[in-house]
Amino acid sequence: MRVDRPLRVVLAEDSVLLRDGLVGLLGRCGHEVVAAVGDAEALVTAVGEHAPDVVVTDVRMPPGFQDEGLHAAVRLREERPTLPVLVLSQYVQRRYAAELLDSGDGTGVGYLLKDRVGQVEEFVEALGEVADGGTVVDPEVVRQLLRRRRDPLERLTPREREVLALIAQGRSNGAIARELVVSEAAVGKHISGILMKLDLPPADETHRRVLAVLAYLRA
Amino acid sequence: MHPRNVWQALSRPGYALSAWPWRSAGYLLTGTLTGVVLLVGIVLSAVAGGVLALALVGLPLLLCTVLAGIPVAALERLRLRLVDPEPAPDPHEPPGDPGLRAWLTTRLRERATWREFGHALLFAGLLWPVDALALAVGLLCPLTVVATPVLLAVFGEAKVLKVWLVTGWPAAFGFALLGLVLLVLGAYLLGVVAGARAGLTRLLIAPREADLGARVVELARSRVRLVDAFEAERRRIERDLHDGAQVRLVALTMTLGLARLDAPPGPLADQLAKAHEEAGTALAELRELIHGIHPKVLADYGLEAAVTDAADRSAVPVDVDLELSGRLSQAVEAAAYFVVCEALANVGRHSGASRAEVSGGHRDGRLFLLVRDDGRGGARAGAGSGLTGLADRVSVLDGRLTLSSPPGGPTLLRVEIPCEPAS
Repeated sequence: MRVDRPLRVVLAEDSVLLRDGLVGLLGRCGHEVVAAVGDAEALVTAVGEHAPDVVVTDVRMPPGFQDEGLHAAVRLREERPTLPVLVLSQYVQRRYAAELLDSGDGTGVGYLLKDRVGQVEEFVEALGEVADGGTVVDPEVVRQLLRRRRDPLERLTPREREVLALIAQGRSNGAIARELVVSEAAVGKHISGILMKLDLPPADETHRRVLAVLAYLRA
Repeated sequence: MHPRNVWQALSRPGYALSAWPWRSAGYLLTGTLTGVVLLVGIVLSAVAGGVLALALVGLPLLLCTVLAGIPVAALERLRLRLVDPEPAPDPHEPPGDPGLRAWLTTRLRERATWREFGHALLFAGLLWPVDALALAVGLLCPLTVVATPVLLAVFGEAKVLKVWLVTGWPAAFGFALLGLVLLVLGAYLLGVVAGARAGLTRLLIAPREADLGARVVELARSRVRLVDAFEAERRRIERDLHDGAQVRLVALTMTLGLARLDAPPGPLADQLAKAHEEAGTALAELRELIHGIHPKVLADYGLEAAVTDAADRSAVPVDVDLELSGRLSQAVEAAAYFVVCEALANVGRHSGASRAEVSGGHRDGRLFLLVRDDGRGGARAGAGSGLTGLADRVSVLDGRLTLSSPPGGPTLLRVEIPCEPAS
């Protein structure tokens, strides 16, 4: 497996079984887990201590077993808006994803179903994407949202919606072109169509992609 | 309007000529007879039981004496109808289990049983002589006075009430007239005694309003407890699955995923890929199952978010227009959420609708929810529909669920639950 650069990861997961598994998996892929903790408080402390390249956290954690992990992630990003955070959840929930994407400037965040860690390569790719400031939303959440054909997405053509879904999943233009079996230029054209229809004025390209995803999530 | 009981009858004109004095007399007469039999029975069984108790065999007999209050009270409730037709319900509860033992323990624990035993003792010792006395003074004495001319004709002389000797006809007819007046007065006396007697009996052997009220409250509470227990169990199952099976399956897919990276291409890699896929499918199914049991978003973010989430999952596009100022109680949120889910599932399955809408809010201390679709209608909340159970759950919270679905549509489901925002 290709790893662009080894990442220093802080991992928060209350189940010892999964924590050890994730440490092994990330190590196996060339990344270093500098701290592996079991609750939200320890996560905040560990991030302060280690200044990692990326944080991976579970949603449900002690002491309340509600959404402590998610809230810790949001809090961390309030203090350090550029800190990349990948949240793993056992639920497909737009609400959790939206809360996370609203934190900071919406870049460098990911919301993935825990199932995805099984797809080792995809998972590690998504982690790299998040660490590099990308935005990754679980395909399952994206699929749910696609069912809701409401403004402002109503104006998009089916093809444009497909492209937007792939953007939300963190794919690059090249990857999208391969997936849809079209040229990269065609993808670019679809993207500018999307940005125009979603009323996103021309600015820094990466940032506008994130805004498009956010518009998509809030629809 | 007909008088409802002897007391009302007493205040009406024409009482003396109505059936009520005779009903009262009948009530007192049967009361006297029952009382005598009861007295003899109680004395005999108590004495025999007391003596035999030394040899233990008398104890069941004493027990029977106590329980004799129950059939006596049942007879009294029947007799009560003579002067007070308003039903006096049985205050006893059915025993929880079949069998004599359960029946005995239930009865001996009930206050009603002991009240009825007290009533039986009072009846045997005090009440029936009063009945008899009232009969003698109110009916027999006036009758003998009325009968003075007859006695004079038969015996040549008559001693009225064993006091006044009457030998002449004018005096005899004078007494007969007096007797008629006394008979009217006696009719009132009979009515008053019978009415008082019936009132006392009702007080002793009919269930009290307070008891009934307490039982209704207790029933309502036990239903609420049942729903709460059900909810708690749902959450427990959800947690167990989440912390147990789901975690292990994730770990399994992770291990299989890593193994696939290491496996050289060949049949082993294919097998691994297949196993990996199966585990992934199992995980997805388990996730849906857990979500159906108790969605996490409901606990974390409340009804509005959970309904939006349910709308996201619906096969038919759903517009959500729900405005809640705060969180509601867990029970209300859960009931409302599951109603919406069931309604949306029905829309997806049966209605043929192209669009649905969930709207509502919290107004005047009530949560209102409205699920509307543009389908073909004809939905029923009756047998076989999941809505029946949900209607029950809503009614436990004192809420109402109504469904309007004329053939041709549209279908409109309305839920209304009284509640205050929790925060």
